[in-house]
Amino acid sequence: MGRLSIQNVGRVFPKDDDTSTVALQEINLEIRDQEFVCFLGPSGCGKTTLLRIIAGLETITTGQVLLNDEEISGPDPSRGMVFQEYSLFPWRTVIDNITFGLEMKGVDKKERLAIADEYLEMVGLSQFRTSFPHELSGGMRQRVAIARALANNPEVLLMDEPFGALDAQTRNTMQKELLGIWAKTKKTVLFVTHSVDEAVYLADRIIIFTPRPGRVCQTYEVTFKRPRDRTSNEFATLRRDILMLMQGCSVTQ
Amino acid sequence: MKSESKSNRILVVLSVVSVIVIWQLVAEFIVANPFTLPSFLDVVSAFFNLLTSEQGTLPQDLIISLLHFGIGMGLAILVGIPVGVAMGWFRRVDVAVNPIIEILRPIPPLAWIPFAIIWFGLTHLAAGFIIFIGAVFPILINTYTGFRNIPKIFVEAGKVLGCNSDLSLIRHVAFPSAIPSIVAGVRISMGIGWMCLVGAEIFGAGSGRLGLGKNLWTYYNLHQMPNVVVYMLILGFIGLAFDILFRHFADKMMLRWTEGAVA
Repeated sequence: MGRLSIQNVGRVFPKDDDTSTVALQEINLEIRDQEFVCFLGPSGCGKTTLLRIIAGLETITTGQVLLNDEEISGPDPSRGMVFQEYSLFPWRTVIDNITFGLEMKGVDKKERLAIADEYLEMVGLSQFRTSFPHELSGGMRQRVAIARALANNPEVLLMDEPFGALDAQTRNTMQKELLGIWAKTKKTVLFVTHSVDEAVYLADRIIIFTPRPGRVCQTYEVTFKRPRDRTSNEFATLRRDILMLMQGCSVTQ
Repeated sequence: MKSESKSNRILVVLSVVSVIVIWQLVAEFIVANPFTLPSFLDVVSAFFNLLTSEQGTLPQDLIISLLHFGIGMGLAILVGIPVGVAMGWFRRVDVAVNPIIEILRPIPPLAWIPFAIIWFGLTHLAAGFIIFIGAVFPILINTYTGFRNIPKIFVEAGKVLGCNSDLSLIRHVAFPSAIPSIVAGVRISMGIGWMCLVGAEIFGAGSGRLGLGKNLWTYYNLHQMPNVVVYMLILGFIGLAFDILFRHFADKMMLRWTEGAVA
């Protein structure tokens, strides 16, 4: 189960000249279990910072984040993360990358290989089991990264623009596959993106951020049924609505 | 492709052979003095003579020199890698230890010979110590650099996957990530260590009577210059063999994941 409660979260980055940058201010959000939420906003709005706070990789200035009513204090395997950059360990094969988290947990070898193979199959890369990351394409690397995060069986899957470096075609395929994986694994997913199209295609709910200092400007429940057709009128209308909201958000700042 | 590599091989043989021929001709007809420049054939016959005669100690010299080298390299790895890891990972260790390293590092290894002899006597350990001094810094610095250059993303990925203590991050993330840099450091230090070996043995560190560097100097004192050249060439070939063997080993270990960027 992955229920997140983000309460009055703020983050200030001090600078050398005694001034400081407010990256996030008064963020209050409730994320339901198994919900697919997209954080949408322009670069530098603090959406990645918020995701990193939830991961435990970034400290918090004010407020708190609760996962299933327990406060988050540092990184741990209950929140899996997929990064924008390629983060696979280059010295480990695909399968050994996926087993990494289980190895850290002390799961015995036979069991961790069984679990890893299951997720490897889920992302459709079983034939690349013993390849090294540098032998894979960008899309394949991110698939392995997703499998690696899921193999740890986290409550929440955090994704920081994971498809940002991929070409448009691969990106669309990956989005579709991600929804399939989400339907199978029933994880809560927080997905950071600056692409309206991506957010509209993926999310149950879109959280739109203001530019710096990052604040939640709008929350939009997407009721559009899946699978969503990008070429449909409904999709176009939704995309336009979200774009308008985003424009409003950057003006009121 | 294949014919090109074949013609390259012919070129290599041709080049080596012509240098030998020129050497032989110059030594024989122009210099005409085996003390100033022993000819190629002088050196070849000296080599067989050293292997067959009673006084020749070439194999024993080789073993003793390998022993000195092994002691020095072994100590350098045992000290250099852990210190480099500690400095690369813990900021405070870096700040505390770095000035000491920077003061000791520029001292040429051979300048330590007097104290090597005073501290360890005319023993194998004294020669090993000089090699250690020459070899430890490249290993240490490369380990340190390897650790400083670990992409942050690997450490963060490790953390969110449940690898959280310093020790397990070093062991499972940082160390493997730094291996190419560490291996490059060991390779550099092997070259330096081999150079220090000759100096250390010539100046008397070591067991006294045996060692490639030691007896190179002995034959110089006896004015047996062809023997000196034999020892020079043996030192060169062994240095080369080490490098080839090590590269082979390093490539086997790492090439699969580094796209051939190392060594």
